[in-house]
Amino acid sequence: MVPLSWYMVLGAVVFAIGVFGFLSRKNIIIVFMSIELMLNAVNINLISMSHYIQDLRGQILAFFVIAVAAAEAAIGLAIVIALFRNKATAHVDEVKEMQG
Amino acid sequence: MKYYLLIPFLPLAAFMINILLGKEVLRDKAHWPSILAVVGSWLVTITSVLPQVMAGKIINEDLYTWIVSGTFNVSVGFLIDPLTAVMLVVVTTCASLIHIYAVGYMHGDTGYYRFFAYMSLFTFCMLMLVMGNNFLQLYFGWEGVGLCSYFLIGYYFDKKSAADAGKKAFIVNRFGDFGFGIGVFMIFLTFGTLHYTPVFGNVAGIAGQTVNFLGWNVDLPTLIALLLFCGAVGKSAQVPLHVWLPDAMEGPTPVSALIHAATMVTAGVFLVARCSPIFNLSEVAMNTVAIIGAITMFFAATIAITQNDIKRIIAYSTCSHLGYMFLACGVGAYGAGIFHLYTHAFFKALLFLAAGSVIHAVHTNDIREMGGLKKYLPITYAVFVIAGLSAGGFPGLSGFFSKDEIIWSAYASHSSVGKFVWVLAVAGAFFTPLYTFRLIFLTFHGKHRGAHHGEQGGHHGEHHIHESPKVMTIPLMLLAVGAVAAGWVGIPPILGGGAHFTEFLAPSVGHPEFHGTHAEELGVMALSTGIALFGLGLAAFLYLRKTDLPEKIAKTFSAVYNVLYNKYFIDELYNFTIVRPTVWIAKNVLVAVTDAKIIEGIVNGVPGAIGRFSGKLRRVQTGLAQHYGIMMAAGAVFIIALVLLLR
Repeated sequence: MVPLSWYMVLGAVVFAIGVFGFLSRKNIIIVFMSIELMLNAVNINLISMSHYIQDLRGQILAFFVIAVAAAEAAIGLAIVIALFRNKATAHVDEVKEMQG
Repeated sequence: MKYYLLIPFLPLAAFMINILLGKEVLRDKAHWPSILAVVGSWLVTITSVLPQVMAGKIINEDLYTWIVSGTFNVSVGFLIDPLTAVMLVVVTTCASLIHIYAVGYMHGDTGYYRFFAYMSLFTFCMLMLVMGNNFLQLYFGWEGVGLCSYFLIGYYFDKKSAADAGKKAFIVNRFGDFGFGIGVFMIFLTFGTLHYTPVFGNVAGIAGQTVNFLGWNVDLPTLIALLLFCGAVGKSAQVPLHVWLPDAMEGPTPVSALIHAATMVTAGVFLVARCSPIFNLSEVAMNTVAIIGAITMFFAATIAITQNDIKRIIAYSTCSHLGYMFLACGVGAYGAGIFHLYTHAFFKALLFLAAGSVIHAVHTNDIREMGGLKKYLPITYAVFVIAGLSAGGFPGLSGFFSKDEIIWSAYASHSSVGKFVWVLAVAGAFFTPLYTFRLIFLTFHGKHRGAHHGEQGGHHGEHHIHESPKVMTIPLMLLAVGAVAAGWVGIPPILGGGAHFTEFLAPSVGHPEFHGTHAEELGVMALSTGIALFGLGLAAFLYLRKTDLPEKIAKTFSAVYNVLYNKYFIDELYNFTIVRPTVWIAKNVLVAVTDAKIIEGIVNGVPGAIGRFSGKLRRVQTGLAQHYGIMMAAGAVFIIALVLLLR
């Protein structure tokens, strides 16, 4: 039997990788993938906790997260394509129109 | 049903109607609400209030709690005693006739509705002033009439002199009202209330008390009385605050007749008479009132002799007659003062309205351009002479009885101040007919001296001068009846009358005990009458027979003439000592330093500092999503750390 803490550690590690990727990578596609990593780290936590306390609501929430992540990926990729068409770049540090 | 409430509130309703609907709906019918309202007030006064008061009933009711704050408690309440009743009769009668006259005088004016709206508002304020049963309501009416006076003096506001005259009237009155305001505060501090009944009921208790005022120990009744008198001096145009009244003649003539002759300017006399219990406690205050009144009376009368503007002469005459009223109050003869107020309202309103009729006909105010108008304006001439005789104290007319009572009171008061003011009062009795008949002779007699006479084929010439319409002449004739007969209610016992007027007023203002023999009384009367007739005769001699003599006299005594012609240089003095320093301070300190440096410094400095600070802060907003992400992550870590550490 794998103890709960292992799952928690796995989730934390995956989340940390996601955060690091989000903050450090230039390519917007990789940034997206990092966001997906963070979402999935959350999913790992949700499901492991759900199993631990014997409550299915955590797993239901995980499905919601997957659905939202899919929608987010679709919209995000559409934005990426629109961005690339307009600016011919996929680097996040070259997009700073919102500068104050 | 409290019928007397209709008296002030009908004119207020007329004001509301006119100010809301006058411009678009009523237009040249704007006089209807105002006239109906004021005539309604007059009817209520005559038919309901006056008989009640004459039967001895005094109305004193609080109707509405106005302000409650701790121990400070003021109601809107009405006091109708004989003094108020007299004022109501004066105000509503004169206002009714003047409103009707104004229909003709103001006909076709662009601001027709505005004129009647303000006249109604003025009537309301004046009635509230005289009907209030506490000092705050008096103050409300007092400032209200001042405001309406400002509106109506500056009625032709596109003319600079009129706008300036309005401002002058308002600002000069500030000086007096400042003292009046402090006087009201002192009354509250002393008595803990502003209602007349408790104040005057407990007034005996403050006799002889002293109070520390600006570092001096002064007699309390004297202080309160003099502070209240400050307000009266400003409102009633007494020396040294008389300068606004002649300039106020820039307003339309009905305004001069109603506000600056018959009613508003007499509010100061009303105030002194109303506060007679306080004034009676202080000999200093009484003597001040008498002396200020006597000086103003003499001083304004001498100025009036040399002026050339028909309305200004009458304005100085008003100053002078107000001086008589204060003189009477100052020697304790409040009844005589109010009696003169009452007769003066009729003959002075008549003088002004008749002057307005002249101005209406010849379109100038300068008596040097008039002359010979007798045959064109017969009715105006007749009423002008009646008003002049009444003002001059010609035996049998209103002005004679009231002026004689004042002069007799001054003589019979048997004090040194009484003697002093008596001498001036008798001298004034000489000047009044002199300047009034100089005005009449120069205006109506001799040859017409109009500048446009005969030139350019005469189509602007003399034969275009015509008598005013009936809507103007009928009020003139009615006022002439008042100028003749109004004084008959106060014929002294020595001439076979009953002195009913002062008896009637006695419950309000008391009845002084004067001692003098009948021979003395007749002698004083004969002396002042003789002097008045001499003044009249001199005016006739100078301005009818030897018409070149006045100029020679003016040349011979050019120093005296110049001082009088320039009104004792009081305006210049004030201009030099008050107006110019004030303007200098305003320009060089308030505008240049306070406003430009301090106020604008704060107003512009605070947003400037915020702008510079936020200029630095906005650098944080890089537009790079990853920077925001770092901050979010750092923030989340920080909060989690905080939660874990502080657990």
